[in-house]
Amino acid sequence: MKEQLEKIELAAKAELEKISDAKELDDLRIKYLGKKGELTAILKQMASLSAEERPVIGQLANKIRADIEEAISARGSELKAALAEKKLKEERLDVTLPGKLQTIGKLHPLNAVMNEIEEIFLGMGFDIAEGPEVEYDYYNFEALNIPADHPARDTQDTFYITDNILLRTQTSSVQIHVMENKKPPIRVISPGRVFRSDAVDATHLPLFHQIEGLVVDKGITMANLVGTLDMLMKRLYGEDCKIRLRPHHFPFTEPSAEVDVLCFNCGGKGCSMCKNEGYVELLGAGMVHPKVLANCGIDPNEYSGFAFGLGLERVVMRKYGINDLRLLYENDLRFLDQF
Amino acid sequence: MNLSMKWLSDYVTIDEPIKKFCYDMTMTGSKVEGYEVEGDYITNTVVGKILKIEKHPDADKLVVCQVNVGDKDIQIVTAATNVFEGALVPVALDGSTLAGGIKIKKGKLRGVVSEGMFCSVAELGVTTHDFPYAIEDGILIIEEDCKPGDDIHDALGLNDTSVEFEITSNRADCLSVIGLAREVAATFNLPLNVKEPEYKGIDEDITKTLNVTIENTDLCHRYIGGLVKNVKIGPSPRWLRERLRASGVRPINNLVDITNYVMLEYGQPMHAFDVRYIEGGKIVVRNAKAGETITTLDGSERELSEEMLVIADAKKPVAVAGVMGGEYSGIMDDTVDVIFESACFDGASVRRTAKKLGMRTDASSRFEKGLDASGCMPALLRAFELCEILGCGEPVNTIIDCDYSDKTPVTVDFDPDWINSFLGTDISTSDMVAYLEKVGFEIKDNVIYSPSFRIDIESKADIAEEVARFYGYNNIVGTNLTGVANAKRTPAQKLNHTLENACVALGLNQIATFSFVSPKCYDKICLPVNSALRNYVTITNPLGEDTSSMRTTVIPSMCEVLARNYNLRNPACGLFELATEYIPTEEGKLPLEPIRLVLGMYGNGCDFFSIKGAMEEIFKALGINEYDVEAANNDNSFDEVSAFHPGRVAVAKIGDKPIAIFGELHPDVLENYDIGTRAYVAKLLVTDLLNIEIPEKLYKPLPKYPASTRDISFICDDEIPVASLEKVIKKAVGATLENVKLFDVYKGSQIETGKKSVSFSIVMRSHDGTLTDEQADGAIKRVTKALVAMGAEVR
Repeated sequence: MKEQLEKIELAAKAELEKISDAKELDDLRIKYLGKKGELTAILKQMASLSAEERPVIGQLANKIRADIEEAISARGSELKAALAEKKLKEERLDVTLPGKLQTIGKLHPLNAVMNEIEEIFLGMGFDIAEGPEVEYDYYNFEALNIPADHPARDTQDTFYITDNILLRTQTSSVQIHVMENKKPPIRVISPGRVFRSDAVDATHLPLFHQIEGLVVDKGITMANLVGTLDMLMKRLYGEDCKIRLRPHHFPFTEPSAEVDVLCFNCGGKGCSMCKNEGYVELLGAGMVHPKVLANCGIDPNEYSGFAFGLGLERVVMRKYGINDLRLLYENDLRFLDQF
Repeated sequence: MNLSMKWLSDYVTIDEPIKKFCYDMTMTGSKVEGYEVEGDYITNTVVGKILKIEKHPDADKLVVCQVNVGDKDIQIVTAATNVFEGALVPVALDGSTLAGGIKIKKGKLRGVVSEGMFCSVAELGVTTHDFPYAIEDGILIIEEDCKPGDDIHDALGLNDTSVEFEITSNRADCLSVIGLAREVAATFNLPLNVKEPEYKGIDEDITKTLNVTIENTDLCHRYIGGLVKNVKIGPSPRWLRERLRASGVRPINNLVDITNYVMLEYGQPMHAFDVRYIEGGKIVVRNAKAGETITTLDGSERELSEEMLVIADAKKPVAVAGVMGGEYSGIMDDTVDVIFESACFDGASVRRTAKKLGMRTDASSRFEKGLDASGCMPALLRAFELCEILGCGEPVNTIIDCDYSDKTPVTVDFDPDWINSFLGTDISTSDMVAYLEKVGFEIKDNVIYSPSFRIDIESKADIAEEVARFYGYNNIVGTNLTGVANAKRTPAQKLNHTLENACVALGLNQIATFSFVSPKCYDKICLPVNSALRNYVTITNPLGEDTSSMRTTVIPSMCEVLARNYNLRNPACGLFELATEYIPTEEGKLPLEPIRLVLGMYGNGCDFFSIKGAMEEIFKALGINEYDVEAANNDNSFDEVSAFHPGRVAVAKIGDKPIAIFGELHPDVLENYDIGTRAYVAKLLVTDLLNIEIPEKLYKPLPKYPASTRDISFICDDEIPVASLEKVIKKAVGATLENVKLFDVYKGSQIETGKKSVSFSIVMRSHDGTLTDEQADGAIKRVTKALVAMGAEVR
């Protein structure tokens, strides 16, 4: 009986070698270890053994059973691993094939940059104010120290709706609304559309966007204006960005300045982008004119403030190297998809 | 304003490189736009003297000239007919360049060597106005004081540099050589040399010839009349012509040139009348009378109106004050006695008049900025001086001066501490005084007296600017703002951002369209003739009719962009915009400007349900779960329903309020826009959403017990919308309902016409325990009963 058992073990292990899949392995397990299996059949004969032999053979049978089980299990693992490896091999992909289309949309470059600028100002403590695009003459001109028949009106060709209603030519109009409705301290930007009667070409459109800034409080200085614009430009264009202020004239600020930034293209050496000046004009700014404060019921002897106006299109064009303003409003998908 | 550097040197001796000059002037507030070195395009061109002219052996129309060009003689072949032996002519030598980039090389003309070219005025980039003795179509025969071999720039005076300044509207005083010279002197700390004009004059009583009255002293603050007798009209001398040319003004004749010269030099517009045409020897400055007309110097007849100020003689207007003179009273070749006008008119009045007559002149653009009345007299005297220098007339020593101007100087308290606290600087008082004094301010007892020509000075802030620009704007060290900064976006701004993010996540690209549209667009979207949306805000002076209407609906803007992309052959598009509509209110009041979200798409297999799906996701992103969608029609939605396919358009409602419309564009609209494929558009009333209470999002516990799912199929009338079937099911299942999902709608064979087969999957779940089969089946029985009650037949 001992020999029989050893024979079974040898046979099982030999058969195991030849097995190549899980089904055969299962069949083998049933053949040797199952209820009607060969090992069980032998164990049924145990009763005929002597009391001395029984424990010895029993022990041996158990060991052989355990050996076969272990061998089957090991073989099973081997087979599984081989199968997995084969599958992985078969499933190899050419990873250089193009990705499947998963489109997300894009913000319009104007909105994307507007959002960025808004975030910068929110971080600096500026609220975002809005005002009407169709506006009274008073808010667009009169209250900003540009009375009727003032020559400064020439620089802003205006679309009129009636004699005293127009399409705002500057977001500065929102300054007045803000100051009428809120007492200092005031710290706001007002982004939005403005309109001027300019014929369409690569650098002119009858509609564009401005971002106006206004700060009014006790003790606001021109140095604060310089500091604020410097911070804006550094956040927008990086720490290397430098600004330059040039004296200018706006009826609603005094002193007034035009603000240039160091040309990104040439770093100030002079190139075609900056017309050899080393700097490019980006915005207008100044200290709020005392008459404008007074027009809004704010005492210019007690308060001072600064204001600035930034042309969004100019920032966007510079940022992305766009050379034709019209592209921004043509909405060609091939353009929109690039941002 | 173009400044001749030669002219400038009369007043300031400046020796800076031109680039530094321009930069420094810009930084003190006189912005330089650019500069032009006269004749810098001409190279290697000299004066030549024609020694001998012979016929060309092989060409009848050519001659062969021997020309001395200084150190040598050369041969030039020319077709010009106005050359003669002994003439001085400009000679472009071998390898020279001329106006327009023309290059001249040695060559052969019909076999005869030509070593250069004679030049006409045009080839030198000048005109016969600059050289009145020259002819247009021939060689310039030089009548200047020069010799063969002289460089042509020096010989013709093409050696000035003209600097173009952008002068802002507050600084009319800088629209003059002297004004800019003052700024130059202040910028470079140089002395300014302005002399009083000097002239001898003749003794005569002007009042025998002229009488001046100002009727409207509000609009004319000062009028000076001066008389010049026995004028000799002719061309001005070269130096004067050159300066005019460098300033961009065309020389005409000596008398007219003098008025222009004085205007450029002093900034004071001048006018010259021929005494013979001033009827009655009377000048009256008055308002025009109704119906009066004048033929201006440019030859056109102008109708005047009563608010316009004119210069009239005893009978008729002879000039529009500050704008333009009359044709018949101007200087002519046979003029003998001349009246010079040097006056000061109200800026706003001149501006209105010039605008109304549609003629902005050099004079009017100066007057309208406001001029200094005390500048009238020096200008007249300078004109007298020039008459004598040019020898073209005898000024009469008596002058008529009607002066109503206010001579009180503008004063501002001098407060150095305030200036420093305003600028954020630490400038010494002595520096401030120096900055102010060099541009003409006087400071006595802490009071600043503004010079009369600085009409822009009103307040302390103006003084701060004067100090700042000479201290240097860029020497002001930036400081950060201090104080409480508590900024946040408004709910409307947050809403816009939520929508932007949702649309981008849906794969839609944002667009930007104009706020104004063509009035025809309302027809293009087939809007009913009586639609309120056809009542729009109109721009009275649009660029063109197609940008004259402020849009009352954003849908045409989107259609336009879809059409453009379709025509650009972009195969598929998904677009969105947060756009403003302009809805008129009362007359004389501003329109409403609500924000709309508009979506548009075509291609890529999209259909009605794509745009509906997008809208559903957007509602979800907004946290709006309670809304109804129904087929849109004229009664339940928007006027723009006309733009949509009548069977494929829906309206979304929150409560009773239509909040969005979406669907497929009507075939007629597609045709109107030339869109050759089905396209889908949606519009959501964003601004209106702000008035709708959206519940806060709250966490719902995740289910602990399994769900039971039952499918149900039934046949019902085709007319019954799926949404109402869904409602019935929801109601019948009750509290345990988790989800009802449509998974099939079938019409066709085996289904009776007018009916449809509909299948729903119903998911039920309880949070208290696992649903039993009895509970689930009971719910389905209730559903079946309810559906049967609607006439459905459950399969």
